[in-house]
Amino acid sequence: MDFLRPASWEEALAAKGEHPTAVPIAGGTDVMVEINFDHRRPEYLLDLNRVGDLYEWETGEDSVRLGASVPYSTIMEQLRAELPGLALASHTVASPQIRNRGGVGGNLGTASPAGDAHPALLAAGAEVEVASAARGTRMIPIDAFYTGVKRNALEPDELIRAVHVKKADGPQQYSKVGTRNAMVIAVCAFGLALHPRTRTVRTGIGSAAPTPVRAEAAEEFLNAALAEGGFWDNGKIITPSVAKQFADLCAAACNPIDDVRGTASYRRHAVGVMARRTLTWTWESYRGARRTEGAA
Amino acid sequence: MPANGVPTKITQGSGTKGGIGESTLRPDGTLKVTGEFAYSSDMWHEDMLWGQILRSTVAHAEIVSIDTAEALALPGVYAVMTYDDLPTEVKHYGLEIQDTPVLAHGKVRHHGEPVAIVAADHPETARRAAAKIKVEYRELPVITDERSALAPDAVLVHEGRDDHHIGHVAHPNIVHRQPIVRGDAAVAAARADVIVKGEYTFGMQDQAFLGPESGLAVPEEDGGVHLYIATQWLHSDLRQIAPVLGLPERKVRMTLSGVGGAFGGREDLSMQIHACLLALRTGKPVKIVYNRFESFFGHVHRHPAKLYYEHGATRDGKLTHVKCRIVLDGGAYASASPAVVGNASSLSVGPYVVDDVDIEALALYTNNPPCGAMRGFGAVQACFAYEAQMDKVAKELGMDPVEFRQLNAMEQGTVMPTGQPVDSPAPVAELLRRVKAMPLPPERQWESSEGADVRQLPGGLSNTTHGEGVVRGIGYAVGIKNVGFSEGFDDYSTARVRMEVIAGEPVATVHTAMAEVGQGGVTVHAQIARSELGVAQVTIHPADTQVGSAGSTSASRQTYVTGGAVKNACELVRERVLELGRRKFGSYHPAWATAELLLEGGKVVTDGGEVLADLVDVLEGEAVEVEEEWRHRPTEAFDLRTGQGNGHVQYSFAAHRAVVEVDTELGLVKVIELACAQDVGKALNPLSVVGQIQGGTTQGLGVAVMEEIIVDPKTAKVRNPSFTDYLIPTILDTPTIPVDVLELADEHAPYGLRGIGEAPTLSSTPAVLAAIRGATGLELDRTPVRPEHLTGTA
Repeated sequence: MDFLRPASWEEALAAKGEHPTAVPIAGGTDVMVEINFDHRRPEYLLDLNRVGDLYEWETGEDSVRLGASVPYSTIMEQLRAELPGLALASHTVASPQIRNRGGVGGNLGTASPAGDAHPALLAAGAEVEVASAARGTRMIPIDAFYTGVKRNALEPDELIRAVHVKKADGPQQYSKVGTRNAMVIAVCAFGLALHPRTRTVRTGIGSAAPTPVRAEAAEEFLNAALAEGGFWDNGKIITPSVAKQFADLCAAACNPIDDVRGTASYRRHAVGVMARRTLTWTWESYRGARRTEGAA
Repeated sequence: MPANGVPTKITQGSGTKGGIGESTLRPDGTLKVTGEFAYSSDMWHEDMLWGQILRSTVAHAEIVSIDTAEALALPGVYAVMTYDDLPTEVKHYGLEIQDTPVLAHGKVRHHGEPVAIVAADHPETARRAAAKIKVEYRELPVITDERSALAPDAVLVHEGRDDHHIGHVAHPNIVHRQPIVRGDAAVAAARADVIVKGEYTFGMQDQAFLGPESGLAVPEEDGGVHLYIATQWLHSDLRQIAPVLGLPERKVRMTLSGVGGAFGGREDLSMQIHACLLALRTGKPVKIVYNRFESFFGHVHRHPAKLYYEHGATRDGKLTHVKCRIVLDGGAYASASPAVVGNASSLSVGPYVVDDVDIEALALYTNNPPCGAMRGFGAVQACFAYEAQMDKVAKELGMDPVEFRQLNAMEQGTVMPTGQPVDSPAPVAELLRRVKAMPLPPERQWESSEGADVRQLPGGLSNTTHGEGVVRGIGYAVGIKNVGFSEGFDDYSTARVRMEVIAGEPVATVHTAMAEVGQGGVTVHAQIARSELGVAQVTIHPADTQVGSAGSTSASRQTYVTGGAVKNACELVRERVLELGRRKFGSYHPAWATAELLLEGGKVVTDGGEVLADLVDVLEGEAVEVEEEWRHRPTEAFDLRTGQGNGHVQYSFAAHRAVVEVDTELGLVKVIELACAQDVGKALNPLSVVGQIQGGTTQGLGVAVMEEIIVDPKTAKVRNPSFTDYLIPTILDTPTIPVDVLELADEHAPYGLRGIGEAPTLSSTPAVLAAIRGATGLELDRTPVRPEHLTGTA
């Protein structure tokens, strides 16, 4: 196993171009587990730890450009206001030691359906900035990023540089079920973001289908129901029947399996419960914010 | 009666600090929490090789062929060994039944069975080489449960058995069976106003000790080998290792190295023989370290069990009878299964008065992973079931579950189902009273001015509820565990104690072969020596086989038995020191001849407190040393048909109250508090006692809500051999554990102490289950309970 240590982004892209089978490693929280368990022995490891740009983030007008290696602990502490869903998801990642090392780039690179960041990225709306030495930079919408079990839309010579996540314009929530109260891989997870500016909601489901997915039918249903009842304007409580229908449609968007972590039937059920609860929390928060604005 | 001139009072207190009854700190505590402690996996030797074990990828198969040529050809490889390379006629080992092949012979019987071993100059090379060994298997049908094991045409897991249990079992796929019959359960059942039946399932728990199996074998010039090893019982290992190597025991020297926990999982051999074989073959030191994945295959687990119970009671709440049948899955090799059967049967009724019983417990041979010793040892599985039954009966009678238990609680003098009277305090009702009397934790602790504190809720930081669906439940349980090795086993320990003057100070050295696995013997031995010998300085010699056996660090026995041996050796040393004093100074003071003399604060004093001499002067120029074996009261075997017999040395009792909060919609559980009351007889180190109780309680919680090795019933292969999917409690899963310690002396035991390590592991699990039943209203007849069991989505 050869260990490539580029000193800059350009060198990293060149190395990846030269050795497309090279496995990029940053925090190492996923890759090293695979290597230690002897699940994979890549010919080359491409160490991105010297590429300082990957640890930077910038807050722009509409979105945050989050370097691929910005650790989860930093997201929790520094980006709570801009990326509340992702910050909540970051809280659920493994242990403090892992959160100090791991970043979103790793989750995207591995593209495991159980990656904690995915539902939050899907719900917030995001684009993945990737690049190759041969063709330069391109942006992949998050909805088109996950292409199969542990597969993503990257070309072999491309590396993930950053993810551009839309800044929250409304409340966001994230829930994850595991059979332990901390440090656990998701049995299933759910992200929800309200986007009052566009009067839409977006969702993300983790660990309940071959890839992270959005519950699109549920979103469409809820968008229509909220519009029809004038909810965005009148700030009324969402009726239980609407919440239930939304939850049922989210559960229906799952395509889960039975495995050692849980049954398919439980996963579907749990996604429904999380969908209903996160909808209640975000909507209550939206109503609360409206009232505060109204008073001010 | 004490020996002549030996004081009747314990010499703790006035003159000697750090004696028994004080909370002294562990010498290894700081090292362990700061990562400085040297574990067995940290050992290194110049020029050493690394050993690697090739394990079977299937659970049950004939081995058609093994081809090691490619592995041997790999540069850096020094040796590859299979069954054919074993040096003597002894090719099997085992704790009681020698049924375990050192390396598989013709057949593999469980997933992960050792097939070949490799030594190479780098661990990676050793791994690569092992992967190049070609093994051709012809798969056999797998035996995975009672039905498949006892079917008329069932494949025999072991053919041609000649062990001493085969004569009394109905089928060769039964390792051992122990019935217990006392009174007449059928007649008593006719008196019952209510009869409650239940079927329960106990999942396979792993010891999950943090330091994986490891050791270093160093060949010696005399043709022998020195093994540095993390184990629970050096001399038991030695007895099994030496014959396979073809060496006399004196040529296999063993030294205990840093042990990262055990909980029963190091009672059987793991890599000991393999490392020695490779070291002797190559003439070089060989180190073997399992990783976590291999560790799951490298030691036995707690027996999963099916338990069938019938309880009867009169309307006024008196138990009439208990019938039960406990089927333990022993897996592919016997390990400690026979003794686990003895415990499960003899303790199957729990700490209650029941005169009419019809009990049977048995262990099966299957192709599942081998199961053996784990903290609680057969009593854990039974307690989970009989406590569920006690709640069911109480409910049926409309009685409070604690009152119902108290009404039937055993006490000193109660006769066990085995006919053995309980001849020391058995404060079962009092322990229950105490846990019930503790204040309850406040409700809705998650509520704060800033919204819900999710860390206080089921799901924790995963943010699954802000209080929705959360229901509190409270449950109680109490259990009974035997202390020490039972059923006629010669359960002794040896201690060597030396007293001398070093640098102008009297110093005691305590040398035993006791394996310190975290239980705290390392402080207790020094405390005993200080109390008995009145010295401040005590050196604990490293444990090795240069001193007699200390027996196993298991069965809650070490403080009792090796502690007893140290106390005994100290008493003998003290006699000799006093004799020495009399010889040197007897003529200076009449009290040397007439008074009861003590050693306190480095001096010889009378029981009236008068100082007769400094120990430094008494010991000047002389060292006093004694090595002596010490035994507790003998026990008897259980009758094979009736189960009658004084089989146990001592009993240990603990009670728990669990307070849980369950997210009833998601099936997630947060244990809020697990209060424990336990009688410890005498707390030699109160801080260690509380630590043991909290640790045992947490291990019981683990198997209540998360810990389970999942074995595929179709293939008998382990599906979750990692800490990613075999979950153990984190600090966020661990509740507050208030502990109430009783000290009711057992007059038969040293200092009146009672073994403590296991009892809290028993009652913790059923208390949590009872609390979850309380919160959800569900029956819950299996443990661990998973979210799908609480949400109807299993």
